[in-house]
Formats: sequence, C-alpha cells, structure tokens
Amino acid sequence: MQFLADFLPAGIAMHAPALIVVIPLITAALAALMPNGRVAWIVALITAAAVALLSLNLLGQVMNEGVISYHMGGWAPPLGIEYRVDMLNVALLLLVGFVGLLCVFYALPSVADEIAENKQALFYSAFLVCFAGLLGVTITGDAFNVFVFLEISSISTYVLIAMGAGKDRRALTASYNYLILGTIGATFFVIGVGFLYMATGTLNMADMAAILEANGHNRVSQAAFAFIVVGLGLKAAMFPLHVWLPNAYAFAPNFVTAFLASTATKVAFYALIRFLFSVFHPDVSFVEMSFVWLFAVVGTIAMVVASLQAVFQTDARRLLAYSSVAQVGYMMLGLGMGTASGLSAGLLHLMNHALMKGALFMALGAFALNFGVRRIKDLAGMGKTMPASAMAFTIAGLSLVGVPLTVGFTSKWYLVTAALERGWWWAVAALMLSSLLALAYVARLLSAIWMDSPPTHHGELTQRRLAPWMVLVPMSILALANIYFFFHADPLVWLARSAAEAVMGGS
Amino acid sequence: MLEILAERFNYIPIIILMMIGLYVVIATGNLVKRLVGLSIFQTSVFLLYITIGKVFGGAPPILEDYKADDGYGHGGEGEAYGAAEAGHAAETAAGHGADQAAPAADAAHQAAEVLYSNPLPHVLILTAIVVGVATLAVGLALVVRIREAYGTIEDDALNTADYSLESGSAE
Amino acid sequence: MSPHLILQVVAKLLIPLIVIFGFYVQFHGEYGPGGGFQAGVIIAVAVILYALIFGIEAARRTVPPVVVRFGAALGVLIFAGVGVATLFMNGAGEPLNYLDYDALHPDQGHHTGQHYGIILIEIGVLTTVSSVMLAIFYAFAGRVPDIPDEEW
Repeated sequence: MQFLADFLPAGIAMHAPALIVVIPLITAALAALMPNGRVAWIVALITAAAVALLSLNLLGQVMNEGVISYHMGGWAPPLGIEYRVDMLNVALLLLVGFVGLLCVFYALPSVADEIAENKQALFYSAFLVCFAGLLGVTITGDAFNVFVFLEISSISTYVLIAMGAGKDRRALTASYNYLILGTIGATFFVIGVGFLYMATGTLNMADMAAILEANGHNRVSQAAFAFIVVGLGLKAAMFPLHVWLPNAYAFAPNFVTAFLASTATKVAFYALIRFLFSVFHPDVSFVEMSFVWLFAVVGTIAMVVASLQAVFQTDARRLLAYSSVAQVGYMMLGLGMGTASGLSAGLLHLMNHALMKGALFMALGAFALNFGVRRIKDLAGMGKTMPASAMAFTIAGLSLVGVPLTVGFTSKWYLVTAALERGWWWAVAALMLSSLLALAYVARLLSAIWMDSPPTHHGELTQRRLAPWMVLVPMSILALANIYFFFHADPLVWLARSAAEAVMGGS
Repeated sequence: MLEILAERFNYIPIIILMMIGLYVVIATGNLVKRLVGLSIFQTSVFLLYITIGKVFGGAPPILEDYKADDGYGHGGEGEAYGAAEAGHAAETAAGHGADQAAPAADAAHQAAEVLYSNPLPHVLILTAIVVGVATLAVGLALVVRIREAYGTIEDDALNTADYSLESGSAE
Repeated sequence: MSPHLILQVVAKLLIPLIVIFGFYVQFHGEYGPGGGFQAGVIIAVAVILYALIFGIEAARRTVPPVVVRFGAALGVLIFAGVGVATLFMNGAGEPLNYLDYDALHPDQGHHTGQHYGIILIEIGVLTTVSSVMLAIFYAFAGRVPDIPDEEW
C-alpha cells in the first residue's frame, strides 16, 4: 500500500493534514465570488476531489508511519493546536471525502432545480464551509478546536437546510428548531470542554488524557463528561435528543439531505467516540457505567422506538430520517459494548449506513427531481417510470433492512457477534426486532414503488423518464458499493477494526 | 455550606444566568425571545470561561515593556504573544496596565516574576463570542424569513399553520 | 431643509473620526490591545451610522452590497493565503508548518516574521469582519422600508 502514501509530491503530502481543511475554506471564499452556480459547482467538485485524494494520501501515511501529528503555526502541542491523524480519523476523513465527492457530483441538477439561480454560488459556498467544518472536527486534536469546527459546520448547515424553503416553507421552522437545539448542544459541549480545562489546564486531547490518567478523576471531570456526552449527543441525534433531525432532513434540499445524512451525524458521533475513548478512558468506572447503562440501553430503545416511528410516517424522507435515528442506535449499542469488537462493529455500521442512506436519499432526490414527489403514496409506480433509480433505491433499502448480499447484513452480523461475545442476548433480540420493523417500513416504500401502478395523466400512464446521468452515476456507485462491500468486506472491516484498535489500544 | 458558596461565588451568577437562559428557550413561544434566551445562555458560558482564567493577585497578561527590548526578549516571547491576543478581550484592563509601566531593563526577566492572569480563556471566548454572533445572525435571519412566509413568529400559530397545510394527509 | 440637519452635520464630523479610530485599533493590534475583530466592527459601525442618518440607499451607493460580498470572501482569502504562503516560503531552510509566520521574514532573532504575519492576518480579519457586519446590517435593514420623513 506504499503507493497511497507516495502519489502526492512530498511537499504537499507533508502538509496534507492542514491542506485538507484549508482547501475547502479557501474555495468556499472563492465559490462565493463566482458569477453563477455552475462555475461554483466546478469549484466545489475540484475541492471535493482534492479532499478525497488528500484523505487517501493520509491513509497511506498513517499506515506507513503511524499517528501523524501536525503542529499548526509551528507551535508544538500541548500549547499549540495539533492536528492528529490516526486510523480512526482517517476512516472518517475517507468517508467524508468520498461521500462528499459523490454528493457534489450529484448536486448540479438537483441544486439547479431547487435553489434560485442567484443564490446557487452562495449555496455552494455554504456547503464548502460545512465540508471544511466536518473535516476540521475529524482531524483536530484540540478540544476547543472541535467546538469551533463543529459550529462552523453547524451554522452553515442551518443555512443549507433553510434553503429548502423555496420548495416548502417548513424548511424555515425546521432549520430554526435545529439552530436552537444545535446551539444548546454546542454550548453544553463547550461547558464540558471548559470543565475539562479546569480539571487539566490543557486543551490538547492527548495531553488531557495523560493528565487525567495521572491525576485521576474528580467531580469536575465527571461533570465535563456529562456535558460533553449530552452536547455531542444532540449533534449526533442520539435517541432522546433527535427531535430536530426528522424535519431538518425532510425539508432540506435533496442534495443537502443526502450529504448530511451520510456525513454530519457521523462526524458528531466520531467526536463522541474520540472523547469517550481517547480523552476519558473506557476503564474508568463512570465511563464504563455510561457505556452499559446509557449507550447500550438508550441505543437499544432507539433501535426499536425510532423504527416504530418510521413505520407510521407519510413523508418518504421523514421515514428515512427516523430510520437514521434508529441506525444511530445501532452505533450506540456497538459503542456501549465497550469492547474492541463492539466498537469496530459500530464503526463498520457507521460507514455502511453512510453508503445506504446516501444512495436512498439520492434516489428520493431523483424522484423529486423528475416528478416533484415526496410522500410515500406519490412514489407509486416509480419502478416503471424511473427503473434505474428505483433499482438503486431497492438495493440500498434492502441493505438498510440487513438482507444478505448487502453491507447491511455484514455490519449487523458483526454487531450480533459482538453482542454474543458479551452475552447480551437482549441486544440480539432487539436487533432482530428492529430489523423486522425496518423490513416493515422499507416494504412500505418498495411496495409503493414496484407494486402500485403509475398515476394516470389525462387517461394515459405517466411516461418513463430517466434521471440525468449526473444523478444516476453517483447513486449507482453508492448502491453498487452496498453489494460490492458485502463480497469484499475486508477493506471496510479492516478499517473499522484498526480504527477501533487505535482508540482502544493507545491513549 | 455558606463557606462552600463563598468559595465558589463566581459560579452563582453564572448558574442563575444559565438557568434563566435555558428556561426562556424552553418556556417562550416567541421565536425572537427564544433567541434572546439562547444568547443569555451562551453569555453565561462566556462568564464561566472568563472567571476560571482569573488568577488571584494576577496582573493583566500584558508584557509591560515591549519597547525596552526590540525583540520581545527571549524568555518572555510566549507571554508577549499571549498578551497580543488577550488584549482583544481585556482592552480596558490593558490601558490600566500600561499606566503602571515601570522602567525595567529586562522585560523577559520581569515577565518571570510578575504573576499574570491566564489569557487563554479570554482568547477562547473571543472565538466563542464570534460563533455566538454568527448563530444569532443566522437565527434572526431565519425569523425574518419565517415571518415573511407565515406572517407570525409565535410557535403555536406556526404549528397551526403547518397543520392546516397537512390536514389532507393522515398524519 | 432636511429635518435631520443637526444629525447630518454631527454625523459628518463623527464618521471620519470613527474610521480613524478603527484603523488605530487595527494597527495597534499587533503588539497591544486591539486587532482586526474590534477594528472591523468599528469601521462597519461608521457605515451603519451613515446609513442610519442618510438612509440605507445612500449607504448602499457608498458601499455597494457587491463590495461587501467581495470583501467578506477576500478577507478569508488573505487569512488563508498567509497560511499557504508560509508553506512555500521555507524561511531558514527547514520546512515550516501552516501559518508559521517565521517563514515570512528571515530575521529569526527579532521575530520580524511573526510581526508581519500578525499584521497580514489582522488585515484579513478586518476585511471580513467589517464586510460581514455590513452584510448582516444590509440584510436586516433592507427588509423594511425607511421611516418616511413626515413621521419624524
């Protein structure tokens, strides 16, 4: 795998940790200056491609040399800001980079349809700011820097969601509610970081971990733990804190939903893992207790309850949004096991879920693009009018249920195995129940798409209408990835396992 | 009990402000008032950070004799840069500190002797304030748009408006 | 005769002073209290005061929204550009990191590079902050019509 580390010139590869955040920030400013949406889109596409390449390069570097530590401005940690890349970061960077690239590719026809022409350049600019923020959260090794990047991505996300108002004014209230809850979450997080700073006198995560381990925990660090878990839980849409998510996903522009569903909550969840495992140590008694009594239990409840809520939705995107909340429950369960195999199963599901939801929301976007539909009953007959998009939707939908031959099966298999290792039979039962509920809600969508006949228009059946190729290509890539990674599960499993080992073993 | 409170008196107003802010966010149905509550909540966190940066008997973290040695000295450079940044948040305190500037030959040597307050929380909070301003601006912009779209900024009325929009569906 | 004559005369006196004070804060920021954030807000305040007294249309003619949008992006580019420049200017021969100001000037003993770096960065901050403040003001103030003169 040496070529992964070598394909970029040494001068660029050396600065890859900084460039991966700086390039989207610079191009965000450039995109805002572009005369029209098309040029801005090209800027965004080039940026996403560069980020994807840099993330591959970082993977090669980490595999060869181990943890990379980049000192911003030449100030050495713990005083300076450190960008720290290990296997866990790299897995998330790859995910955000490549899913981001596919989403941007998909964006042009979708955005042209949904956003007013004079706002498109600024729309891409906001997207790039969000992109930079997500990458920044993933790569930084400084606790306060996490807050700043989290807010950079969140504030641009509020704007992106509100841009859905052109189609449906409820996007505005959805965005407003997300803003209130998201800001409360961020403020809780920053209180937690403040308490950690009081307890340790440092903001560098690795340094914090060392000091906490040497001095032991006290009430201040416990309070910090509680605030950070609640704050990041809000951002990651952990079950009781998920109320902002369904409306935000349902009314945002389609491209934004596809991008956010497969990256934003994942990055917040990554930040949570980083704090739980790298800053606090899973061996500490209150952290361990929170795994079993908070994450595992709440995750299990989320799996069942959110899936139940999904079954009764009428809006297709809102249904998938509730399903996302349930999937976060799976990840919480994996994390709550507190073992390397549990965490790696959770991370595997995190990556696989990005593949499924990306494809599902893209397919819904394609339906909306051609026929302007969003309710489940309006999807009737899509199997006949838009067969390619319907196929992609079906593959990803089956993957969501966890049918064999799809990646959904792989990650649920690993979750079940990890649960059995700990002897958690109840978790296996909940997984089965949740999968059955997933079958129920996916079946509702699929039956409308394949079984019902297309609506008639002046006595004639609606004609077949192919989605633009720029929509079809990224959607098919994601849908086929759902099958490909079942047969070649090794790369993703290896990535998830080494990521889990990176945080469990070290620190 | 009283002793514990007296030792931690700085936290009392912070907690009160924090609870007022959160309560306003939850209790009011007016979207603008909710943003006001959110700002109060955030401000209490700024106060939390600033009070933990205070060192008892500590001077404002500004190097007093930056002109005595053209190059900021060598031992004192860290403080100098901290000072430049902390200055953002401590403008008034800084003017005070400059008045007291004593003629000392070696700025770096002096820096080691004087007890300074911790400038880092101020720098952090400067960033957090900017984040708060941006959030508030986006929030208010959303409220303006909501008012244009719905003609109201009361939560109840908004729910009613959306419900009537959806009354055809089974939800 | 305008009913705001006194306001207009006083504002004409004040606005230059506000701008000068803004620049004072700006160029003081490299070694003392001050800097781009405050200076940016102060300079934006000068334009906002102008808009309050002479009307939003006059302000839009003086500082057009296009300029504001350009300035907001330009400031970010200056800031990030300084960082990127440090990557290519390997000051003392050894490779330096992003935003390592020492690359900007070979004189390491007196940290001249650090001075340059902070001044350049602060100019970027000034441009963005003042532009964004004005953008926010234009966005909100442009939504409602001006108060007509009869209602004064």
